[in-house]
Amino acid sequence: MVYENPDGVMIGLEIHVQLNKLATKLFCGCSTDYHTSEPNTHVCPVCMGLPGCLPVLNKRAVEYAIRIGLALNCEIVEQTQFHRKNYYYPDLPKGFQTTQYDYPIVSDGRVVIEGEDGEHVVRIRRAHMEEDPGRLMHMGSIDRSRGTLIDYNRSGMALIEIVSEPDMRSPREARRFLDKLRNILEYLDVFDSTLEGSMRVDANISIGGGDRTEVKNISSHKGAERALLYEIMRQKNIKRRGEEVVMETRHFDEARGVTISMRTKEEEHDYRYFPEPDLVPMRVGSWVDGILETLPELPDARRSRFISDYGMVDTHAKALTSVIRVADFYEEVASQVDPAAAAVWVSDVLKGELNYRDLTIASFTVEDMVKIIELVVSGKITEKGAVEIIRSILDEGGSPMDIVKEKGLLKVEGDVVDQAVEEVLKENPEALEDYFAGKEKSLNFLVGQVMKKTRGRADARSVREMMLEEIDKNYR
Amino acid sequence: MLDGLSDIRIKIGSSSAEDVVAFYLERIEKSDINAFTCIAEDAIDQAKKVDSLDIEGPLAGVPIAIKDNISTKGLSTTCSSAILEGYVPPYDAHVIERLRKAGAVIIGKSNMDEFGMGTSTETSIYGPTLNPWDTERVAGGSSGGSAAAVAAGQVPVSLGSDTGGSVRCPAAFCGAVGLKPTYGAVSRYGLVSYANSLEQIGPLANRVEDVAALMDVIGTYDNRDSTCVKHDTGYTDALQDDVEGLKIGVPAEYFGEGIDDNVQKLVWDAIGKFEDMGAEYTKVSMPNTPYALAAYYIIAMSEASSNLARFDGTRYGTRSEGENWHMMVSKTRQEKFGAEVKRRILLGTYALSAGYHDKYYLKALKVRTLVKQDFERALGDVDVLMAPTMPTPAFKIGEKMDDPLSLYLSDINTVPINLAGVPSISVPCGFSEGLPVGLQVIGNYFDEATILKAANTFEKNTDHHTKLAGAVV
Repeated sequence: MVYENPDGVMIGLEIHVQLNKLATKLFCGCSTDYHTSEPNTHVCPVCMGLPGCLPVLNKRAVEYAIRIGLALNCEIVEQTQFHRKNYYYPDLPKGFQTTQYDYPIVSDGRVVIEGEDGEHVVRIRRAHMEEDPGRLMHMGSIDRSRGTLIDYNRSGMALIEIVSEPDMRSPREARRFLDKLRNILEYLDVFDSTLEGSMRVDANISIGGGDRTEVKNISSHKGAERALLYEIMRQKNIKRRGEEVVMETRHFDEARGVTISMRTKEEEHDYRYFPEPDLVPMRVGSWVDGILETLPELPDARRSRFISDYGMVDTHAKALTSVIRVADFYEEVASQVDPAAAAVWVSDVLKGELNYRDLTIASFTVEDMVKIIELVVSGKITEKGAVEIIRSILDEGGSPMDIVKEKGLLKVEGDVVDQAVEEVLKENPEALEDYFAGKEKSLNFLVGQVMKKTRGRADARSVREMMLEEIDKNYR
Repeated sequence: MLDGLSDIRIKIGSSSAEDVVAFYLERIEKSDINAFTCIAEDAIDQAKKVDSLDIEGPLAGVPIAIKDNISTKGLSTTCSSAILEGYVPPYDAHVIERLRKAGAVIIGKSNMDEFGMGTSTETSIYGPTLNPWDTERVAGGSSGGSAAAVAAGQVPVSLGSDTGGSVRCPAAFCGAVGLKPTYGAVSRYGLVSYANSLEQIGPLANRVEDVAALMDVIGTYDNRDSTCVKHDTGYTDALQDDVEGLKIGVPAEYFGEGIDDNVQKLVWDAIGKFEDMGAEYTKVSMPNTPYALAAYYIIAMSEASSNLARFDGTRYGTRSEGENWHMMVSKTRQEKFGAEVKRRILLGTYALSAGYHDKYYLKALKVRTLVKQDFERALGDVDVLMAPTMPTPAFKIGEKMDDPLSLYLSDINTVPINLAGVPSISVPCGFSEGLPVGLQVIGNYFDEATILKAANTFEKNTDHHTKLAGAVV
């Protein structure tokens, strides 16, 4: 099947990723661990832009950027070069942003996503390093504010801006690209996606080969999909009226789910880029081989390994490897119990229960998962009982053994089941006759009656077998 | 003859740092040449500390003036601009850390052209610094206060900064010694940027050996300035009294149109003196010199337009009132920057703008490369280059203020050195109608040793530095 892309949608994304796993900021020694601190406590003369201060490039940040470039299959530049992007804004202490211009740290890469019609390649144009500005906090709403406060804790945090080619053909593909990108970056251990503002997205979109618009202020992957769906509808309406889409920058109003015009092309800034004289080029070409050696296993590779190492099916492998914490969770569980059972329980059951509750794998412990699987495999509890334990832990907490005791989930002894089978057959001669007459369904009824008698603690499959045995022995 | 560091060390030894600093403070107090923008209230305390702790640093108890664009913790740093009025840095520049460690007493901040933009110290918000030899004349700039304070005996040594001649020009005009080190020899950490690819902090004094002593202290490697380079720092050790066999190159382009006849004669006399002392000279050609001035101003202004963007009234200094942030910034910059600063910001913004960037900024960078090649070629054949520092002696206050172009032209012999990044020292080589004239000795990258040796030998065998300016009280 080939995706037709009926509206000729072309989407390109620009993603700002904060390298918040670095210990220090991009150009000074200030700590990056400010998220729970008072405003303006993680600052120094450099990130405050005081007169006379000079930047010193964080070598580790460059290594992170190269790591990202390699994971996105990019070319790595021979030496670093930074530029100044000049504009005035109160959150920008120097009156310019130190960024990269014509020599981005990495370029020309690709990421494979699950597209509308199977595997789909999204090309990466470039990814460059830059510093984050500070953060403005308006007292009151933005248009009716008594004043604005500036927090420079964020100022100077290392960002990498990843720019894709306009290769996505639907909002869904855009969202999948973003998910995949986040998953890769988490595998690389360069950023923590749970921290506020760690990933910010701008989207460029056009339909039918027309002019594109840029949508800013998208704060989530879901938001990106919604903003793009709205923008496609808006652009289609314009064309339906016989008008042309204007090239402009638009703002996504998350609450209302609409995009609003910010400025047209003519109003674009002239940033007067020029090379930053305070930073000398850093030769990094020779670092690449070393970084490549330390590059961790990435989602696609891990998926293949799960299939070969654990003998699982591809759907399980994919579900278990896309998010690094899930994959790590699985491997820890699989090292203690049967890997095949672990694949089913983690991928099919636990993930489903977590998704239903909008929780992440962090809400469940490896220890509990191992215990539950052990109980099932040893025949002490039924599969149904195991599911009940998982739900109970997620909803009310507690340990598997306590829940087993509390809810009486231990499987009943064999002779109790034997007795129940005998009783049911005696009590339901008509159903037995129906069965002899060829009605397979009545066997199910009889099994159901046994389950009822044992209050569900018997294993349905073995009850069925015992029932057939008993019929062969005493009723033929 | 004014006291040098060796004299001061003896005086401190026989009395105290406190007495010595008090003596200089009194001289500053009595003078009216307007060399300082502020005096450190704790100067005497600093001296007392040296006395009581018996600090033995190479500059222990020595009072020093610091150009007002070098950050001094707890001491106002205004760049002689209204926009930084009231700004007190919370940190010390690298050179200040080094000076304090060496026991120097930061006596005050010296006057300058606003943000270093000028050749006469006339664009200062505090008014011009007067030339100690003739108070109707300018002290030169932009480090005019640093040079005048030294020449008037108000401090034995000072620090200036040199973006396009700002140490050498006032040194020449005031009859002092001033060194512009190789780009990367002295950390710029804490120096308020005007044109950061061109400038260096440099020492001024009345003797070459004192300039070398200061370089020993401030010229150490600092990893907070990425353009700072690790290099040998034995500046004082280089001071032999010997120029036997020294090869001097004399670039014809530095003696061209606009260079005063008396200045040319005094510089040639100096070169003759070097010959007498055993050096030899050849004429060299530096064909790209005529383009250097234009390239310099485009690059300096472009960088300045970006470097000065941070002065928006938001975080420090003064601000004007405005109904919103944009108006506040606009009015602050309109009202608090002087005319010359605004002129350079506007021209620099223009030169970097889309459509003009390649025509001006990029072209200027290409010229810069050619100028650099001129120096590399010339200094491949000779040890040092010699030329007049300034085309004329000090001009009258107000004489060039209405004609920025003629003021820019007076930088013609100093700016190529900054474009190339090589070191250069200006030493007194005589007087023209009672006004000092400077000889510029230019060396190869990180070869301050050779120009210090040449300048020192010249000084030891001449008596220009022994004459006292009229303003010495």
